[in-house]
Amino acid sequence: MAQPKTKIPEIIKRSEQDLLKEWTEDQLQRPGRQRMLVKEEELKAQCKSFLALLTHALQTGQSDIQAPEWGEVREMLAQLSAARSVQGMTASETANFVLSLKKPILARLRREIRTAEALGAEVWEITDLLDNLALHTTELYQNSREEVIRRQQQEMMELSTPVVKLWDGVLALPLIGTLDSARTQVVMEALLQKIVETGSGVAIIDITGVPTVDTLVAQHLLKTVTAARLMGADCIISGIRPQIAQTIVHLGVSLNNVSTKSSLADAFQLALQRAGLCVSVNGTARLDKAR
Amino acid sequence: MIVSREQQLGIREEVDVVHVRREVRRWAEELRFSLVDQTKIVTAASELARNTIIYGGGGAVKLRLVSNGHHTGLQLVFEDQGPGIPDISLALQDGYTTGSGLGLGLGGAKRLVSEFSIESKPGEGTRVVATRWR
Amino acid sequence: MFRLMGRPGWTKPGNMERIPILQMGRLLLVTIQVDMHDRLALTLQDDLTEAITRVGARGVLIEISSLSMVDSFIGRMLANISSMSRILDAETVVVGMQPAVAITLVELGLELKGVRTALNVDKGMRLLDDAGGKGSEASIP
Repeated sequence: MAQPKTKIPEIIKRSEQDLLKEWTEDQLQRPGRQRMLVKEEELKAQCKSFLALLTHALQTGQSDIQAPEWGEVREMLAQLSAARSVQGMTASETANFVLSLKKPILARLRREIRTAEALGAEVWEITDLLDNLALHTTELYQNSREEVIRRQQQEMMELSTPVVKLWDGVLALPLIGTLDSARTQVVMEALLQKIVETGSGVAIIDITGVPTVDTLVAQHLLKTVTAARLMGADCIISGIRPQIAQTIVHLGVSLNNVSTKSSLADAFQLALQRAGLCVSVNGTARLDKAR
Repeated sequence: MIVSREQQLGIREEVDVVHVRREVRRWAEELRFSLVDQTKIVTAASELARNTIIYGGGGAVKLRLVSNGHHTGLQLVFEDQGPGIPDISLALQDGYTTGSGLGLGLGGAKRLVSEFSIESKPGEGTRVVATRWR
Repeated sequence: MFRLMGRPGWTKPGNMERIPILQMGRLLLVTIQVDMHDRLALTLQDDLTEAITRVGARGVLIEISSLSMVDSFIGRMLANISSMSRILDAETVVVGMQPAVAITLVELGLELKGVRTALNVDKGMRLLDDAGGKGSEASIP
């Protein structure tokens, strides 16, 4: 709903340079991380841009920041929030961009508006507006933070679960490091998904790089092999070290129906066999063992 | 546990089982469960809904959005006024082989969810509560 | 060349829905795309066994890539169809099972004994071709 024209845009325009200077300096003075993370030139440009957009929106007389008249302001704040969350600034440091504008503006209002009633109205107006914009900034910040976290989790998962295509129809999943139950589950689901996507009939799960295996992990591995079979693909587990073999027996986990090979190379050879392929040298001789 | 949303569905005939599956899938998607977790809870719901008809003579299920401070979850409460289950521990055992049709599928459904409880008294009906945390 | 198979009275008014069975030579192909209630599953079982006999089919392909869920009833239906087809001298292969479904079935403890599976229709047909020959098992023995 439009309000009677506020004097704030005029006041801002009249003392724009000073306002900007005060506002920028106030932000740069703040102790802590903020100073170090945003370059002075960048901050000055952001402040200038925001002030211009703010003034423009104020002139429309629209006081609801969700209205279209405030679209450009919201857009600018969205970009600012996203940039700051990536830079690692906190939510309050980001909201402070807007909030620190209150002081210089209110100072000027007090100087320029003579009547108490008019001053009161204008002070309320601008405080309410800037507060809402600051809150909006905080929300935007949180949203982009969640997005960043989600993306990082995704990337981490992809890095730690490289499913490799060894040949047409043969996938390999080299597992490295200690497996915990949660990670194993994620990894196994990724493998099954890749099996479907590539239509690969054989998947080699290599655990050479896994120091220990506990019951849960062993069970997950088995469940994955069973699930793959249900789908119509075969799994070969390779790289089982003697200690792990012992653990598996102690745990009473049965690997009777699962193909195992001690090395990835042997597993690959078996996989090729299953796929009905063989390795030949110069089209004639056939290599029997991968050595 | 806080219940912040609830929906009740009647389970009278076979087609209602399909309806329950669809609604549970819809809730699970909205609650942003992973695809595998969605499938697990929908499958559990299908088993339990079928039981409600076959062994309970019909009943209802309540779908609830629950939270316990740390997690959000989807809770399913199946209730019927049927003959009840005489031996619950026996019913929870896996009597499952393909083709023989033994067992109530309760053991299986239990494995698909995070929390599972069942109350049943012969002559008083059965109440199964299955919860999947996100 | 495909020919639509179905019981006579296919378009009888008030007829319950059925899952269509397609015929390709001596091969029957079923694509399950709907959320099946139990009765529909049983009807499919009946229709398939009848079709196998009528056509003298040697193979049955059941395509389930659209199934977002397979519970114990549907699982048993697939196992039943496998067993019955075998008795009628036809091999059944279930293709296209989704990972989430497979993982859930394993958790559910459903073994689907004797059900042969393949990743897709192509591989499924190859499996059926081999069935006369060395018969490579791609599912749980």
